[in-house]
Amino acid sequence: MLIRYLSQVGRYFLMWKEIFNKPTKWSVMKGLILKEIDDLIIGSLGIVAFISFFVGGVVAIQTALNLTNPLIPKYLIGFATRQSVILEFAPTFISIIMAGKMGSFITSSIGTMRVTEQIDALEVMGVNSLNYLVFPKLIALLLYPFLIGIAMFLGILGGWIAGVYGGFATSSDFITGIQMEFIPFHIIYAFIKTFVFALILATVPSFHGYYMKGGALEVGKASTVAFVWTSVSIILINYILTQLLLS
Amino acid sequence: MDLSIHYPDQLYPNTVTFELMIEVKNVEKSFGDSQVLKGVSTVFETGKTNLIIGQSGSGKTVLLKTLLGIHAPDSGTIEFDGRVYSELTKDEKRALRTEIGMVFQGSALFDSMTVAQNVAFPLKMFTKNTRAETNKRVDFVLERVNLTEAHNKLPSEISGGMQKRVAIARAIVNNPKYLFCDEPNSGLDPNTSILIDNLIKEITEEYNITTVINTHDMNSVMEIGENIVFLKNGLKEWQGTKEQIFKTDNKAVTDFVYSSNLFKKVREAYLKDGK
Repeated sequence: MLIRYLSQVGRYFLMWKEIFNKPTKWSVMKGLILKEIDDLIIGSLGIVAFISFFVGGVVAIQTALNLTNPLIPKYLIGFATRQSVILEFAPTFISIIMAGKMGSFITSSIGTMRVTEQIDALEVMGVNSLNYLVFPKLIALLLYPFLIGIAMFLGILGGWIAGVYGGFATSSDFITGIQMEFIPFHIIYAFIKTFVFALILATVPSFHGYYMKGGALEVGKASTVAFVWTSVSIILINYILTQLLLS
Repeated sequence: MDLSIHYPDQLYPNTVTFELMIEVKNVEKSFGDSQVLKGVSTVFETGKTNLIIGQSGSGKTVLLKTLLGIHAPDSGTIEFDGRVYSELTKDEKRALRTEIGMVFQGSALFDSMTVAQNVAFPLKMFTKNTRAETNKRVDFVLERVNLTEAHNKLPSEISGGMQKRVAIARAIVNNPKYLFCDEPNSGLDPNTSILIDNLIKEITEEYNITTVINTHDMNSVMEIGENIVFLKNGLKEWQGTKEQIFKTDNKAVTDFVYSSNLFKKVREAYLKDGK
């Protein structure tokens, strides 16, 4: 069992090497990258905006409802919302949601290509199929921090609207809280995490789709397994990066 | 834009003539404890339709995938016009693969591309053609397989027979030297099967390609079998032409080929009348 996991990990890193081998012609690659940006980034904007806005609102309401001591200032609602959204919610939890959305899309599309021999067709033609299929996803996901930036903004905006229009804090208090003890490195930390998560989101689901065996049922299983391993990797890397960068 | 076919002297300008062929020498392949190919040796000739036939599990698909380089043989060699595949560098192998056209059993067309984009794919990947040259070549090849009407359709919008023809068009668009077909007739009605068989044969002769077809369709054997390799339990049991297959007394071949009453009667009539 352990040997099997270790061999899978080894295979995953060998896949990384192969992704950069024998690059596809730029005129073809350009189109593939734009398509992936549309599928993975633009296609995720709606769900990311929706979730961020409402979760930001919920964070503000939950914080307000737990501040029962009248001595605790109301600007802490804005402070807590900002910290939760920037440090964890936007980079980590949106990434886990994206592991489901983008991850299952990537695994199932590559897995279906494997089942229907499209990957064999690429290889037989002399195309480096890993470069052709995975490299555009990697490049497209370099724009993932842009998505997380939007999630941060909308999360805090949602918190502000819920806090102010829900009658939990004044706009002035909330904005004071947002600006209080702001540490710019927290933004850098969040975007470093986001960048690493983007690499995981592009490659772990691709790995499970590319090396899957079987038929349609196995494509479904591979998508589930990919989601589990992408989430596990994100949570573990999140812990390690937090320990390294913030402690 | 050169729409003409490759002839041996064009491929090898420094030589006068060259006999193009694929030579398989004592190829063995195992998966775990199961030995699928037990030392297959044969030659696939150029300008002829070479058929690999045999029962399910006889090693046909493994032999084809080994020829394509998808499986590496455990021992033995495969030579493409004197080039030993296992001795080629990675780049040379990739270069060789650009000389190969493949028609997969399920067509393996790219779902997200139209018919024309599928056919244009090898040209976009491996040539420096302008868009106009690519379009001209795609139109030419689609016309050759009688599919001009499907130009802008997606693979999901056309029939199985049309998908096979698109796959053939994609396989020949880059003037391959070698054409491999895995069960090209599977899932097709008899009329479409004959159409596909004849198309492959015509293209093979027209373009002087080394064509290898993996099939268990006896109609194909009777229709286009110019060089037939019969595999049994991972070994080459018999090799010959479609005419010789009528006369052979090899029991394994006759049991397989003439398992249906129709083909038994065809054989009896052939042996009686000699045609």
